[in-house]
Amino acid sequence: MYRIRKRQDLSDIIKLLVVDAPLIAEKAEPGQFIILRVRDQGERIPLTIADFDREKGQITLVFQIVGLTTELLAQLEEGDSLLDLVGPLGQPAHLPESGRVACIAGGVGVAPLYPKAKALYQAGVEVITIIGARDKGLLVMTDMMDAVSTQMHLCTDDGSLGYHGFVSGRLQELLDAGEQFDEVVAIGPLPMMRATVEVTRPLGLKTWVSLNPIMVDGTGMCGACRVSVGDKTQFACVDGPMFDGHLVDFAEAMRRNQMYLPEEEKSLHHCRCRGGISHA
Amino acid sequence: MPKRTERLPMPTQPADERIENFEEVNLGFTADLAQAEAKRCIQCKKPKCVEGCPVNVKIPEFIAQIVEGEYVEAGRILKETNNLPAICGRVCPQEEQCEKLCILGKRGEPVAIGRLERFAADCEREQGGDMTVERPSRPGKVAIVGSGPAGLTCAADLAIRGFDVTMFEALHAPGGVLMYGIPEFRLPKQIVQTEVNYVLSLGVTLEKNVIIGRTLTIDDLFKQGFQAVFLGTGAGLPKFMNIPGENLNGVYSANEWLTRVNLMKAYDFPCWDTPVKPGSRVAVVGGGNVAMDAVRCARRLGAEKASIVYRRSRQEMPARAEEVEHAEHEGIEFHMLTNPLRVLGDDKGWVTGMECIRMELGEPDASGRRRPVPIEGSEFIMPVDIAVMALGTSPNPIVATTTTGLDTERWGGLIADETGLTSRPGVWAGGDAVTGAATVIEAMGAGKKAAEAIACYLETL
Ligand SMILES: Cc1cc2nc3c(=O)[nH]c(=O)nc-3n(C[C@H](O)[C@H](O)[C@H](O)COP(=O)(O)OP(=O)(O)OC[C@H]3O[C@@H](n4cnc5c(N)ncnc54)[C@H](O)[C@@H]3O)c2cc1C
Ligand code: FES
Repeated sequence: MYRIRKRQDLSDIIKLLVVDAPLIAEKAEPGQFIILRVRDQGERIPLTIADFDREKGQITLVFQIVGLTTELLAQLEEGDSLLDLVGPLGQPAHLPESGRVACIAGGVGVAPLYPKAKALYQAGVEVITIIGARDKGLLVMTDMMDAVSTQMHLCTDDGSLGYHGFVSGRLQELLDAGEQFDEVVAIGPLPMMRATVEVTRPLGLKTWVSLNPIMVDGTGMCGACRVSVGDKTQFACVDGPMFDGHLVDFAEAMRRNQMYLPEEEKSLHHCRCRGGISHA
Repeated sequence: MPKRTERLPMPTQPADERIENFEEVNLGFTADLAQAEAKRCIQCKKPKCVEGCPVNVKIPEFIAQIVEGEYVEAGRILKETNNLPAICGRVCPQEEQCEKLCILGKRGEPVAIGRLERFAADCEREQGGDMTVERPSRPGKVAIVGSGPAGLTCAADLAIRGFDVTMFEALHAPGGVLMYGIPEFRLPKQIVQTEVNYVLSLGVTLEKNVIIGRTLTIDDLFKQGFQAVFLGTGAGLPKFMNIPGENLNGVYSANEWLTRVNLMKAYDFPCWDTPVKPGSRVAVVGGGNVAMDAVRCARRLGAEKASIVYRRSRQEMPARAEEVEHAEHEGIEFHMLTNPLRVLGDDKGWVTGMECIRMELGEPDASGRRRPVPIEGSEFIMPVDIAVMALGTSPNPIVATTTTGLDTERWGGLIADETGLTSRPGVWAGGDAVTGAATVIEAMGAGKKAAEAIACYLETL
């Protein structure tokens, strides 16, 4: 079960896995995610379904090594299996079927962005893609995105490739130059999504963001994933993960995401000390 | 020799030791204690206690076997009507069920039926070896959704009758609340696993990591050839108070707190990967079993001050009597007639306290309990660094919202008749999913009734 059929290094710290998961592949829609565990003592972590193939019964996961579980996940090889995999979770994205949509991603946010861009593109929507990363080595999935975009804009924070600056800056430029969009989808680190919604807010331009809060069960059972949207508390795992970016309380989301930073450090350190992690 | 009017006490781990560990608080009767207690039973011809048990365990019969020294046999008698006796012996509210009706209770203390049940079940589990059950094989394929006590019981009863049973579970481990909610110190997970394995040994297939309503729908199950479905999906949705500050860092639902600690074993972090914030001043809001479990976990995780904050008074607390008593011995503070108004935080967004108001009891409300009303001007601030909301739960809407023809109550409970049949033909439901948060044994009773009805239904196909 959940056998890894393909494993690819997209960069030093960003990996791609294609996994056997026929039931999940059958039901998955763009915007949904899974929760997985790598080992018996392991945490449950959510990852977006970056792509799915109903015929082959496979799903694609793309992740960045950020903590213990992703580090252990990165060590798995083709032929290995995930211990647990459950999904598809969350609401499918509500995507327009015509018009012009800016699809914007920061860093590994390109993975959750891809299935949406693909669905939009296949529906005949004009997809204007803006993807950015710290440097060109971290700019991943550009070929995949290119194949589902009408226009591509690459950005790097250090200027090593494409536009020198943030994706929100590039979006601002395009808008200033008179480009028009019906909607925007922006996915990536919280500061990047916040900067993007601030660009579109004055224009009243509908902007979807995808939140990735700390989760445990992923089925609405615990409330770990709660986020403030408008004046309501929502559970991102069942009400989201896509929300109207202009209503999201990003400050709260950021501090909630940092709740366990010291524990994550401790966890990594503990595992390394016991030789649980071969390469760091 | 005149019979004693008092029951024998349960040996326990001393309170000052047990707050340092997650091992079981109750140590169980020795054979001598069990014998002495069993002899108190006067073997009524028309035993009232059996009527008080939702699955009608043959109480005088199993107790008689203990008197005879036939402990394993006593355990087997339990299993005739109760597939999970080692669990029930530990967590049932016996004082409100079998023991409440015990005739000895009129003059003195009732027989300690729960303690004897636990003793016999443990003997059977440890010494009984594999029980080979003769199973006929019958046509009929049933899907059980959820592997809590309701699902496990329904699955076991149908498998014993010879039907082909598959149990689907959303989480990575079976057992429902027994695994993710009730802590190790009250119900060791090894015991839950053994009892689950017993159910599986009857021929039940377990499919973990399958969420009905997401991974597969009820329609898919029928398409796959299942002829009947039982929904034992529990009441897993946490409630919050909807007061300011509830999304601050350090505010947990009891479900999250307990799931991290029990299912994910955060008490053994970093050997297990999932963390929890232990806190030094922990307040748990609520007065049920869940609140007691949450606050006693907090104490064991190292909180100097672990308190219950409850808006009614001690008498109204729905928690099992034994748990409240154990909590008291463990130094838990009880702030009765107190209700939080808001959660306070520092500039980094971490909890620093709760503003509370004192309450008094007014007229009885719909539940028959006296309604708590705030005393004006009695607001005060309680310093806390972790707040846990144990305010009750309601059924998860995932199945109901993805299944046509399944009627629910306004609060989310699935509507079912006394056999468990829902508004959708071929679909039964039982346990917390129907009643809202209740008890293990009631969930088991509902699973049993539904199994009977499903068996009849399958015969007519
Ligand atoms: C902390 C705590 C302490 C308690 N203490 C006691 C006690 O001391 N004594 C007592 O008698 N009772 C106690 N209770 C109550 C008791 O545990 C419940 O009443 C009982 O477990 C209900 O059983 P159930 O089978 O209906 O549901 P649950 O035990 O909730 O099991 C439901 C199962 O279904 C799964 N599920 C849900 N939705 C889906 C889906 N869509 N697809 C697949 N699977 C799904 C869930 O993951 C879960 O495993 C306690 C409850 C809690 C939370
Ligand atoms: S992750 Fe538990 S409710 Fe969303």
